[in-house]
Amino acid sequence: MATSLQTPSQTVGPFFHYGLVFGGENLLVRDGTRGRRIIVTGRVFDGDSAAVPDAMLEIWQADAAGIYDHPSDPRRGQADRHFTGFGRSPTNFTGNCYRFETVKPGAVPGPKGVPQAPHLAVRIFSRGLLTHLSTRCYFADETAANNADPVFARLDPARRATLLARPEDAIAGAPPCYRFDIHLQGPGETLFFQP
Amino acid sequence: MTEAAPALTPMDWTVHPPYLHAPYNSTVKRAPRLPLVPRPETLSEFTGPVYGEDRISPLDHDLTKNAVRNAEPLGERIIVTGRVTDDAGRPVRRTLVEVWQANAAGRYVHKLDQHDAPIDPNFTGAGRILTNDRGEYRFISIRPGAYPWRNHANAWRPPHIHFSLFGDGFLSRLVTQMYFPGDPLLALDPIYNGIPDEKGRQRLISAYDHGVTQPGFGLGYRFDIVLCGARMTPFENRPA
Repeated sequence: MATSLQTPSQTVGPFFHYGLVFGGENLLVRDGTRGRRIIVTGRVFDGDSAAVPDAMLEIWQADAAGIYDHPSDPRRGQADRHFTGFGRSPTNFTGNCYRFETVKPGAVPGPKGVPQAPHLAVRIFSRGLLTHLSTRCYFADETAANNADPVFARLDPARRATLLARPEDAIAGAPPCYRFDIHLQGPGETLFFQP
Repeated sequence: MTEAAPALTPMDWTVHPPYLHAPYNSTVKRAPRLPLVPRPETLSEFTGPVYGEDRISPLDHDLTKNAVRNAEPLGERIIVTGRVTDDAGRPVRRTLVEVWQANAAGRYVHKLDQHDAPIDPNFTGAGRILTNDRGEYRFISIRPGAYPWRNHANAWRPPHIHFSLFGDGFLSRLVTQMYFPGDPLLALDPIYNGIPDEKGRQRLISAYDHGVTQPGFGLGYRFDIVLCGARMTPFENRPA
């Protein structure tokens, strides 16, 4: 099948910001975007449990109705015109956090018609990562949907919790906030998929 | 649950670098130690961001002009072009290519770059291009300089241009670096040599192309890019 050798990956390095992050890429919502506003934030920890200040996260998600703005989604015609589903955030917000303002995605069709629980596809790039990492962010307050999710349910039960974003205490006037920390290695190492 | 045969070509770990590559110090505390889990292949992975011409500004492809304040940037002008295909050889059309690089003196405009080399006030070193219907991209820039880094004694990065590509879906994402032919620093660079396979390493070295060189303007380099994640045909996807 594969007739051409793939081009190898290389690290994003420490100086990607002016090439990839111009400001605002972490804000997925705008006027008219449908759905429940949420904030997803957290930190990326290395093997010394130190927060990595120079990583970058990308998220890709469906809109509030569970539709992707992409030609492979047969429902694309009904996709929210005010939502692309793609976001990028460096980890240099206050406290070495990344931060996204988005909407809670809807359930997405999965294999054999089994719905997938609301989730974000997540990629991590950083100095020291010669190839990017890939994981998923599920929501801890969607227990029933998560347990029925065909991807989540097949994972090692001891490691599933590393994919859960946990609701934070509400701040008056701010959208609900979820915390999703990523541990590159060591205790509580995040479950990473083949990228 | 048994794994279904993949619908999309997987990453080829004979060419992509492993996470742990001890000569590159920063990998030691950042590489996952547990095995990667087989990837899901659902609508979430078959899709990804779609960009159009409306997301590209007229000077985004010309790094010699897109940051000019009072003069031309200093250094040797170059033209870089190539074709983006999937690993079945099909062109990847209308996909976003993002590039960024150091200036001719080996200095990034980034605030954390401490290298004692001059900043060029007329050069940022960032550009964006959409591939055309044949999967081709082209941009104009300044040949980047080498720069020192702290990985080991007297460590220097070979001149390179960073590339970021999306392809058709989540699984074809690639961030990489383009190098220049005949560079003696390549043999000494732990990032480049993190690629396990010589053929893979050669993939990242651009080729001088006199047909791309523009008379009286600048030298031309060709850098073709192959993304993984091509959709397999039903025959190839049939479980064994």
